[in-house]
Amino acid sequence: MSTLTSYARALAAETGQAKRLGTVRHLHVHDRPLVIVPLTLAGETNAPVAAMAGSQHDKPTVIVAGQPRMRSKRLDFAAELAEVVLPFITECAQRIEYVPTGRDGSEMRTRMADAPQLWVPNPGGISYLRMLGRMTRLRKTVGEYAVPLPVPEMGKWLTWFAEQSEFADTSLLQATTRALSGVWATGQSSVEDGNLAALMAWIAPPPGQSGAQAARRAEDPVTCPPAGPSTDPTFDAVVLKPALDAIDKATSDAARARLLQRLADDLTGQLQPTWDLVWQAIEALRAIPAGNHVPHRWERDRDNFGGYYQHLASDGRPQARRDNAERSARRLNDLERRLALYDAQRAFDDPMVMAEYRMGGDAFCGNVIHAEPDRTVKPGNRRQLRPLIVVQTTDPLRLLPGDADLTDQQRPKQTATILDVQHSGTATHVTLELSGSMGRGLTATPGSVPERGGTVTYSRLRTGYSAPGAFPDRDSIPWTHGGPPAQHIATEDDAREEWS
Amino acid sequence: MSTQLRLDALRGSGVIAKPHNARTIAALTRNPGCTRRAVMDAAGVDKDKTAAATGHPASIGKLSPLAVARGQGFEARVKSQGGAELLRLLRENLGLPIPQAHYLDLGGDDDSVIGGRYLRSRSALAASADSGPDAGTLFDHPMLRLQIAGVWVYLEPDMVAFRLEDKFYIIEIKSFAIVDGVADPGDVTRAAIQSSVYVLALRNLLADAGHDPNLVADQVILVCPKDFSNQPTAHFVDVRKQLTVLRRQLARMADIDRLLDSLPDGVTFDLAPDAHGLPTRSAADLAHALRSVEARYAPECLSACELALFCRHDAHDAHSTAALGRTVREELGGVDCTSTAVALGTGTLVPTDDLVQAAETLRAAHALRTAILGQLA
Repeated sequence: MSTLTSYARALAAETGQAKRLGTVRHLHVHDRPLVIVPLTLAGETNAPVAAMAGSQHDKPTVIVAGQPRMRSKRLDFAAELAEVVLPFITECAQRIEYVPTGRDGSEMRTRMADAPQLWVPNPGGISYLRMLGRMTRLRKTVGEYAVPLPVPEMGKWLTWFAEQSEFADTSLLQATTRALSGVWATGQSSVEDGNLAALMAWIAPPPGQSGAQAARRAEDPVTCPPAGPSTDPTFDAVVLKPALDAIDKATSDAARARLLQRLADDLTGQLQPTWDLVWQAIEALRAIPAGNHVPHRWERDRDNFGGYYQHLASDGRPQARRDNAERSARRLNDLERRLALYDAQRAFDDPMVMAEYRMGGDAFCGNVIHAEPDRTVKPGNRRQLRPLIVVQTTDPLRLLPGDADLTDQQRPKQTATILDVQHSGTATHVTLELSGSMGRGLTATPGSVPERGGTVTYSRLRTGYSAPGAFPDRDSIPWTHGGPPAQHIATEDDAREEWS
Repeated sequence: MSTQLRLDALRGSGVIAKPHNARTIAALTRNPGCTRRAVMDAAGVDKDKTAAATGHPASIGKLSPLAVARGQGFEARVKSQGGAELLRLLRENLGLPIPQAHYLDLGGDDDSVIGGRYLRSRSALAASADSGPDAGTLFDHPMLRLQIAGVWVYLEPDMVAFRLEDKFYIIEIKSFAIVDGVADPGDVTRAAIQSSVYVLALRNLLADAGHDPNLVADQVILVCPKDFSNQPTAHFVDVRKQLTVLRRQLARMADIDRLLDSLPDGVTFDLAPDAHGLPTRSAADLAHALRSVEARYAPECLSACELALFCRHDAHDAHSTAALGRTVREELGGVDCTSTAVALGTGTLVPTDDLVQAAETLRAAHALRTAILGQLA
């Protein structure tokens, strides 16, 4: 949140219409995503009740766990869901592309030409997939408690997707409410935006209604069932519990089948509105132009997808129950670096994001009113080219003389140091000394230094490569961090783990 | 007029005060600045019924029967066979040295007499404090009490207090799972706030009986299902922070007279029920009474207060910025109304002295939106 998003919320509240937060969207929207709308049994830990899944809006697969409290039924459910998820993943891994690599780009490496993109209604859906992954990935396919091969396969993939979704910059697994909130501000709070129906009502209200009016109506759980994974408590009391009890007590297979069919119909009624909303949201997001860096980030997603696909083919061991110290540290470092990069890319792709930094005083945009492109200095023995420019801005500047390492997106390798800041009326004059990326001699290559009259935006944001943190090898992890971690080997205990 | 009479008048004639429990006391700490809630809770007004009578029925408090059944089943399992399973957990998971323990059920057939059960609990727990350091005992169904706004509230913990190594521990049994040593942080926080109510009540009880209240540990023992099973697992949860918050809010409620003084004369939330218990008071009249007590609505109320939808409705009518989130209000420079914020942003309103700085920021925000988004803005 920031002043600009808060102001957009105020505007939305005053006008009754959702307001755009930026000029572009920052996530990739796949041509053919896989949508999963899950429902779980209240009070239980990941007891799947039903799910609607598929990659075409008009062809959902409905999966119902007839008796979610029974271990075997949960496994049947997982096996059925795997029949939707795994072929979809395999299909995305059919083609590879070649990309140049190495210092001079003369070598070639491969990258997946596509990657699967999963959509769930809300962050609860992501937690659900993580839990389902955890519940199924450690199962064994032979011996006692054997499960069909696709069950742990899907478990590993769902765990991987959930892990990926923690990275700010990934588009592999999307929570619909979060994706929408990145593009639109509504006139309600972020708590209320967590309700997918209410959020979509603001963004695309039915004809003749304001967003505010439509959102109030969308809060009625009877007309708009909750987007899950928890079901509506009243639905539980009136429909689900009686149905499950009746199925338990059914005396014949025929009666049980009839009851199951009726329950499946009722659950479809709960799932369908959310299913439609997710597809509606995907379409709405697709219609927004994508930021320039979106394809780059999707390339990274495809690289990571290929990496894990290879890993499963060559090793295939499931993820450990918990990360060891080494993996946690690397992962945290990755999370931070990718977040910083994502922030910078968004700011460069969308002037509204950059405007947040400008309002905060960490960036400024203005015109070059004076330029000395051939200025040189001689701090030591050698004379150096250090051009000077003066930028006039009206942004509230918080940067001070001496602040260095500022860059302008148009010249990412040229850094600027603030020499002086002068206020005159509402404007501020910032004197900058430039260094780097302007040729070898003592005369700047034409066009390499901002010219008088040009518009520039300086900030500390960077999109260049940043090296990963240095961590000890697995074998030299100090005792303070638990010493060298044991290789995770899934044990019989993992496979036997009790469910009830 | 005495405090009690004033509270009775607020609640209405012949209506019995709605008793608090650990959950409602915990909820008090969620929005300490709200006078409406503080007054209604102190008077024991049934906020659920009140909200319904205003035409804004509560959206919270509905529990799925499936979740309730699961919770009860798990608790019964943990407590079964004199808490045998619980003892094993305390030894193995928490490494507590318990050679042997007695199981003492403080519940009984005279449950209707709450005070009696409280006295029984008090004497048993005090006796335990007197005895040797390793007199391990599990107390089931103890009764504690806490004074809320001058009224004694009896707390019936669904859990067990325990004495060992010279400390009493509150044990809280919850049915959310701890998977690979990690539980949902929201669930854990809610459990911690609730347990802190019991910790405070137990400390008061020991102090009443002339013992050091610090005999009660400020860590509670949280018992939850392990992974995807029905097997319990136990973890320590530190509740010192929750205790501080709770004490502060209770002290504030103890000062209820000051809040009552600020109310207009004759205000009451009496629903004037007919013979069938249906309210005869008009919704408009009731709403008028409610509005005479200041509320501080924030979106967090939606999950914590039965009256939230009524207050939200009012907050929207008032174009409240806080209704969009507390941070939104702060980021709009503390401006109370969205209409004011937008008018300052577009420059159609000249700011008063206290809003000059906020207006500058809002104008900048508006200018940036218009310049960058153009048609989209």
